[in-house]
Amino acid sequence: MNLAIRDILYHKWRFIQTSFGLGLLIAVVMSMGGIYRGLIADATVALNSTGADLWVVQKGTVGPFAEASRLPEDAKYRIAEVPGIAQASGLSFQNIQITRYTKPLRFFLVGYELDGFGGPPIIIAGRNINQSHYEMVVDKSMKMQLGETIRLGLSDYTVVGITKGMVSVSGDPYAYVSLADAQDIQFKDDNNAIRNNRARIADRISKVSILSPAQISQLAPLVTEIAGSTHIVNTVAAKLAPGTDIKEVQETIQRWNHYQAISTSEQEKILTAGMIQKSKMQLSLFRSILLIISAVIITLIIYTMTMEKIRVIATLKLIGSPNKVVAGLVLQQSLLIGTIAYTIGYVIISLTYDKFPRRVELIPFDLAALFVIVMVICVFSSLLGIRKAMRVDSSQALGG
Amino acid sequence: MLDYAIQTKNLTKVYGKGHTEVTALSDATLNVSPGELVAVIGPSGSGKTTMLTTIGLINEPTSGNVVIDGMAVANDGWIPGLDMKRIRREKLGFIFQAYNLIPFLSAIENVMVSLSLNGINGKIARKRATELLDKLMLERVKDNYPSELSGGEAQRVAIARALANRPKVILADEPTAALDTANGKNVMDLLKKLAMENNSAIMVVTHDSRMIEGFDRTYEIHDGRIVK
Repeated sequence: MNLAIRDILYHKWRFIQTSFGLGLLIAVVMSMGGIYRGLIADATVALNSTGADLWVVQKGTVGPFAEASRLPEDAKYRIAEVPGIAQASGLSFQNIQITRYTKPLRFFLVGYELDGFGGPPIIIAGRNINQSHYEMVVDKSMKMQLGETIRLGLSDYTVVGITKGMVSVSGDPYAYVSLADAQDIQFKDDNNAIRNNRARIADRISKVSILSPAQISQLAPLVTEIAGSTHIVNTVAAKLAPGTDIKEVQETIQRWNHYQAISTSEQEKILTAGMIQKSKMQLSLFRSILLIISAVIITLIIYTMTMEKIRVIATLKLIGSPNKVVAGLVLQQSLLIGTIAYTIGYVIISLTYDKFPRRVELIPFDLAALFVIVMVICVFSSLLGIRKAMRVDSSQALGG
Repeated sequence: MLDYAIQTKNLTKVYGKGHTEVTALSDATLNVSPGELVAVIGPSGSGKTTMLTTIGLINEPTSGNVVIDGMAVANDGWIPGLDMKRIRREKLGFIFQAYNLIPFLSAIENVMVSLSLNGINGKIARKRATELLDKLMLERVKDNYPSELSGGEAQRVAIARALANRPKVILADEPTAALDTANGKNVMDLLKKLAMENNSAIMVVTHDSRMIEGFDRTYEIHDGRIVK
């Protein structure tokens, strides 16, 4: 006969209410772990979905995700010729905020070469981009409809496909356009700005005394064209041929092409150790505080339950119950509270994790580790109750 | 010595030390035979409960001897090496003024818990508990919780629990104090009947003069001393 279970069954509603409250707390702890894992997943989603081995960026930067990086689009041709490189493709990234239905809509716009790689890894509705202009694929979390049109830069873009699970480290969903469109959106000036630039450049060149008027008239449009070029990318992503030593390729690119070549594993470290380190510390701190609060609550519950059973414990001792039976009663109740609260927490978070505004990733290892931690907390939390129970004098059973 | 279920000689219990010293029991000598029903009476603070807890192996005596069912348990203090809880489980049964049933166990489970502490579990425990409850006319309420029992029923369940392990000694602390006269008499009659069947000695601490006439012998205590 298990006294702990009998007591719990007898006081089941009170017990369920207590466990539910504690379960909510544990659900928050679980969600924090899931949010942290979600941050890592979001941070690395572009790396993993692209399938690139190497990210070539502006020298002296750790772009394109952690820092700004700009390099000419034609750098990809030089990169592609480096021994060991199987494929190179230019990519551009930018954060965009527009107003949609009077509400701000933020997203992370990726420009990719339609015959390269780095586009949406999966299409759940519609199709991928197959025209080089004015089509886009958006993440499901943007809640846009197929066929919907939005204005970006100087042009309108139509949603032709929906992808999912593509969210940036800052929580913004991904949207994809062709690289040419992305360059236009990011770098192309409107007509007034072009006219102003043209006039400014012509004025500056006309003041160069060594140039003849004929030279000036030919040079001005050329400089204007170069200055207004949109053929810029944020990174050239590269895939290696099988069996290639990535270190050698990195050295070659850095020595001869004067760019920074960052491997995908290095990018992961930059993103996880750098960009989300503070968030990780913050979440860890919250989790620790919540676990301490849980421990205090379990301790108080178990102690109160023990205090309510002083006469029962005294009677059990009086009729010859060994200490282990009494200690077991307290310990088992603590473990049961923890187990039931954990189960409630797990059910709550399982039903709600996909409703969170940011990605919550529930990893079996994290859940198992949390269960062990909760059990350890329960054991330690029961010690105060067990101590009280051990000190109960069996003579307290006597009297009216 | 072996003929007695309870035997005490010059049993003394002193609480405190120095100027706070109180002698709760002084040179108490008594013998109770198996199957005998003995009452210990006296006013409040006379030492009745101290005698019960000392014989019940709860309070260690300051001096004197205690023998339970032929086993010496105290000789100027507990005899070293004895497992008092085990002796309590196997040789003693307790009945309390407030019944002290475990509130979250049904009547039959309250009886079974006593058996389970002695390693008797499952069907055997249930069968024995059922038999006892039947004898105490509690078959209808055996699955009720203590809160669903009347005072008389609760005390009869407590008697069943005390008798479950067929102890040689039953110690009862004011068992009828919370019952009306009819219920009190009924409880005492049943207790006596079942104890006789089991050849158990019963020591009842009471100040309930209504119940004294049913006892084989009565010890009267005043200021810690047996005066009659």
